[in-house]
Amino acid sequence: MENETKLMSVRDAVIMAMSEEMRRDENVFLMGEDVGIFGGDFGTSVGMLEEFGKERVRDTPISENAISGCAIGAAMTGMRPIVDVTFMDFIVYMMDNIVNQAAKTRYMFGGKGQIPVVFRCAAGSGVGSAAQHSQSLEAWFTHIPGLKVVAPGTPADVKGLLKAAIRDNNPVIFLEYKAQYNMKGEVPLDPDFVLPLGKAEIKREGNDVTVVTYGRMLERVLKAADELAESDGVHVEVVDLRTLAPLDKETVLESVKKTGRVLLVNDAHKTGGFIGEVAAMIAESDAFDYLDSPILRLAADDIPTPYNHLLETAMVPSVERIKKYILKLVNKR
Amino acid sequence: MASKSKESTKTTDTIKQALSKDELLTMHRQMLDIRNFDNKVNELVKRGKVPGMTHFSVGEEAASVGAIAAIGEGDLITSNHRGHGQTIAMGIDLNEMMAEILGRATGTCKGKGGSMHIADLDKGNLGANGIVGGGMGMAIGAALTQQMKKNGKIVICFFGDGAVNEGTFHETLNLASIWKLPVIFYSINNMYGISTPIKSVINIDYNYRRAASYGIPGYLIEDGNNVMDVYDRFRDVVAYVREGNGPVLVESLTYRWYGHSTSDPGKYRTKEEIDAWKKKDPILKFSKYLIDNKIATQKELDDLDKASKEAVEEAVQFAFSSPEPSLESAFEDIFAP
Repeated sequence: MENETKLMSVRDAVIMAMSEEMRRDENVFLMGEDVGIFGGDFGTSVGMLEEFGKERVRDTPISENAISGCAIGAAMTGMRPIVDVTFMDFIVYMMDNIVNQAAKTRYMFGGKGQIPVVFRCAAGSGVGSAAQHSQSLEAWFTHIPGLKVVAPGTPADVKGLLKAAIRDNNPVIFLEYKAQYNMKGEVPLDPDFVLPLGKAEIKREGNDVTVVTYGRMLERVLKAADELAESDGVHVEVVDLRTLAPLDKETVLESVKKTGRVLLVNDAHKTGGFIGEVAAMIAESDAFDYLDSPILRLAADDIPTPYNHLLETAMVPSVERIKKYILKLVNKR
Repeated sequence: MASKSKESTKTTDTIKQALSKDELLTMHRQMLDIRNFDNKVNELVKRGKVPGMTHFSVGEEAASVGAIAAIGEGDLITSNHRGHGQTIAMGIDLNEMMAEILGRATGTCKGKGGSMHIADLDKGNLGANGIVGGGMGMAIGAALTQQMKKNGKIVICFFGDGAVNEGTFHETLNLASIWKLPVIFYSINNMYGISTPIKSVINIDYNYRRAASYGIPGYLIEDGNNVMDVYDRFRDVVAYVREGNGPVLVESLTYRWYGHSTSDPGKYRTKEEIDAWKKKDPILKFSKYLIDNKIATQKELDDLDKASKEAVEEAVQFAFSSPEPSLESAFEDIFAP
């Protein structure tokens, strides 16, 4: 079992991670809209009601404020709730509880108490759900001290990082991408497979250019890198941040120093997006002296997500655009 | 369950049986501590010694003490920005509380929270809150933990009349009602949200009637300055909630003698109104009750007040002799290990 893996979807990796943690610790439970008999808006709790019962797989009213507040209060008094936020856009209704309460409570109380709660959010566009159901809002939360923000890009990372988030003693915003719930990959079956929060991973090694990304864009960046190696002999190093807060600065800077060129890619809006922070971090560091080209960003356009499939697709970085940006960097050599 | 909304009734005889002299004098001492502590903080504010915002509980002592006297070991509360009364009634160390208000390293929260964020988790106080209605989610979550752990403990969620029009009021009362959570939603109605009279922002006479919308009992304590009335109602309500019957909404009527905060110009209330309420002083009322019923002598009560004032003086000495926190400490306590 230790090294055994199985090909499974992100959806099944989510279910596996939560179920394993609920078997391991009776204080862990899941709450949210339609998590029970419905199995979650995205099918991410199918079968869990049957295994754990309605006390631990708790259907709630459509009351995001009460759901988030209740989870935080339960966490503060000894439970370890997982909240299915469903569409990340709905987290806007939870902002006071997450930003003013969960993130600050331990600090305001002088280090007393802890709030081990995970907010699982279905982020991003790609399924025709238009402007109120397609946002990636991670930058709002990376801006708030006291929150951890995780955005994995493979089924294995989803499992290992969701388990880490559940075991962490702090509030964690956990991004899943609704367009990728069916994406498959090999996932370790070991119930002790837990990845550390705050550690990036080099998903592909290369010497010519670094691409820093996370979450939904990882798949496209890796595809672009593979294709460029074949077509142009350009060797791209892909840094997958995996956790945005706390940020693994060291891994990013080491890679930038190695290649001297860096492109940052995410599926959130460009203005005020998290990759802008990573760009500033690189520019302020000693890695700046190693740069042979300006730092480039490629992100979603600054428009609300349109409904039309062609428009929706065009606003988010594609494999082709990622390749174009990488070549732009390399040609400046 | 059918909703029942009742006026509070006085049952003085049963109270006398329920509470020992020691317990009654403890309640009196807590009220004195709240009064003396806040009067002292007010004095320090005027002398420019308090670095930040504070909200006083003077005039509202009975509304907090009567409720907290009815709960026991292991029960929990959430509080709000005007939380000094509840915090003291939950048994906080006055030295550390004063040090916190002065922002010192020895404060309850190491000087990081101040008056608005004093929490005393060891004593069951899940914290004051700077956001109006901000503790309501925390309260139902804490109640959910007690229910899931089946430990028979309950939560009192304190808030002011100003919180009842926040969306969280509706969402948390609804969720607590359908899940039958062991929580008492307790609105201390001091008639004003800063300068806005509550009567001008709700379209019914009293907020407790909203309990009907959630199918839960709602009660009005008409004289929130009578600590025995408050205790009496809470004793029944605590028993009801502890038995697993679900939440209750309670409202008590009282008045803050001072402004909303230390920066209040006070133009919205007349001197006559304030003076009329000062005549309904909860401490004088309770003193009279204790003496009339021969539970205590005037001398005993005077001694209690003297001891209370000494404790507050000691707290001031402790706070002023305590160090400021180190600059490095600003970077600690953000994340739990």
